[in-house]
Amino acid sequence: MARAVTTQRKAINTAIAWAIGLLIFFPILWTILTSFKTEAQAIADPPLFLNFDWTLENYAIVQDRSDYMRFLWNSVILAGGSTLLGIVIAVPAAWSMAFVPSKRTKDILLWMLSTKMLPAVGVLYPIYLLFIQLGLLDSRFGLVIVLMLINLPIIVWMLYTYFREIPGEILEAARMDGATLREEILYVLTPMAIPGIASTVLLNFILAWNEAFWTLNLTAVDAAPLTAFIASYSSPEGLFFAKLSAASTMAIAPILILGWFSQKQLVRGLTFGAVK
Amino acid sequence: MATRHSRSAARLMMAPAVVLLLGWMLVPLIMTLYFSFRNYFPLRPDRVPGWAGFSNYERFITSSSFWPSVQTTLVIVGGVLVITVLLGILLAMLLDQPMWGQGVVRILVIAPFFVMPTVSALVWKNMFMDPTNGLLAHLWRVFGAEPVAWLSQVPTGSIVMIVSWQWLPFATLILLTAIQSLDGEQLEAAEMDGAPPLKRFWFIILPHLARAITIVILIQTIFLLSIFAEIFVTTGGAFGTRTLTYLIFQRVLESQNVGLGSAGGVYAIILANIVALFLMRIVGKNLDA
Repeated sequence: MARAVTTQRKAINTAIAWAIGLLIFFPILWTILTSFKTEAQAIADPPLFLNFDWTLENYAIVQDRSDYMRFLWNSVILAGGSTLLGIVIAVPAAWSMAFVPSKRTKDILLWMLSTKMLPAVGVLYPIYLLFIQLGLLDSRFGLVIVLMLINLPIIVWMLYTYFREIPGEILEAARMDGATLREEILYVLTPMAIPGIASTVLLNFILAWNEAFWTLNLTAVDAAPLTAFIASYSSPEGLFFAKLSAASTMAIAPILILGWFSQKQLVRGLTFGAVK
Repeated sequence: MATRHSRSAARLMMAPAVVLLLGWMLVPLIMTLYFSFRNYFPLRPDRVPGWAGFSNYERFITSSSFWPSVQTTLVIVGGVLVITVLLGILLAMLLDQPMWGQGVVRILVIAPFFVMPTVSALVWKNMFMDPTNGLLAHLWRVFGAEPVAWLSQVPTGSIVMIVSWQWLPFATLILLTAIQSLDGEQLEAAEMDGAPPLKRFWFIILPHLARAITIVILIQTIFLLSIFAEIFVTTGGAFGTRTLTYLIFQRVLESQNVGLGSAGGVYAIILANIVALFLMRIVGKNLDA
């Protein structure tokens, strides 16, 4: 039974937790606020919190100057493409490991996990060289493949832990009733697996969207996503806080929203099912 | 029961994922190993490529930038781990308490994890740590103190700070999940028996969290060993913030000394595998359960 908590105690908890929460969130809030200021207001001393003339001009300037939409589109293609491709490859693998396990299933799963631990920088030059040789440098296709491969272990693992929670008896019953393998997967398994697949898609879309090693090293102009676009602001020219903020806000807003939906899956996905 | 038919079908369904990952692992790995034994300067036609034996391995660890980079790596990884785990435990325990608007607070705390690394690094670098216009400089001046040029005066500390901000949500979220699975009755019983809060924490909560803490440490270590964007856009490896990862990146892509960089890469792979081994053991145990 839960203990009764005094209102006073609850009020104190609430005050402390909100204060800390707002403190941690503050850099994001400040970035969003600054994106609506003019450049002069952005560096005003003392800083302006809400008492400034809100303007959208930074968003227009960022789009005009650097064709923001192109980078956004690249991010969508890279994150979306690599996630979908990963799902298509991982669903059959996870299905077979969850429902037709063999002696080696566990070893295969752990081995897949170990490929995720390979430090990217250790294989940077070979990948770079292969990309040059195959003409894939600065191409979306090449990056979709690389991002898919680095997330594939997480996708397989997440799907595996979700699939394992589906009772195998239901599948057997379908089989007894004469369902073929295809029917079994399409009509029995898929409806039950949709929530798990959706969570996996969500988390891996976020991971691919924020990936900032391969996207920085293997793109230049054509395939550069938002991570590379933002990095181009690291050599500032004159007043630019407000524009940096506008660009940053646009780059993180979609993921912040998606991320809030994926809190629970985050734990499962990033601990490989070890914490649920 | 699985029939022989479904078994071979299962193997077939696993094949694409296994083959792709095998290729992804072996091809670059073998190439890195090969390059590490070569003298190879793609942009220097005057230097003849050839076998180098172990000289790249030797030169990588005897170069003057090696030990400083190991030290920087340890400080960054260790610093971020200490900060995120300690604050993560405190935050998770706080968020577990009854309060109003718990869901909203949790969202506020988790948000930094979803900010892409280049954004958080640049926002911190400019809007907070800039010595003239940064918010921290304003704050310092309010108290009559001389603003700090964070990224040149305390560069490594600043990077630890930025990366901790990004990873605190991860530690908090996982520890919170673990705390919520704690049996409330056990704590209640301890409380009724008169165990003071500190003892309840030390003897009940902390042991319960031990596994989650280990997992947080291992997973974060693997990710932290390879942080890149945070250094790339803040200091570019200057002011002693060159980690092992960054040093290898510079050797390979900036100075195009592929042999030397690849030898460094092999060291990095070995290092990561040592950490990974411990993580896999825990995850593997969990699979049996």
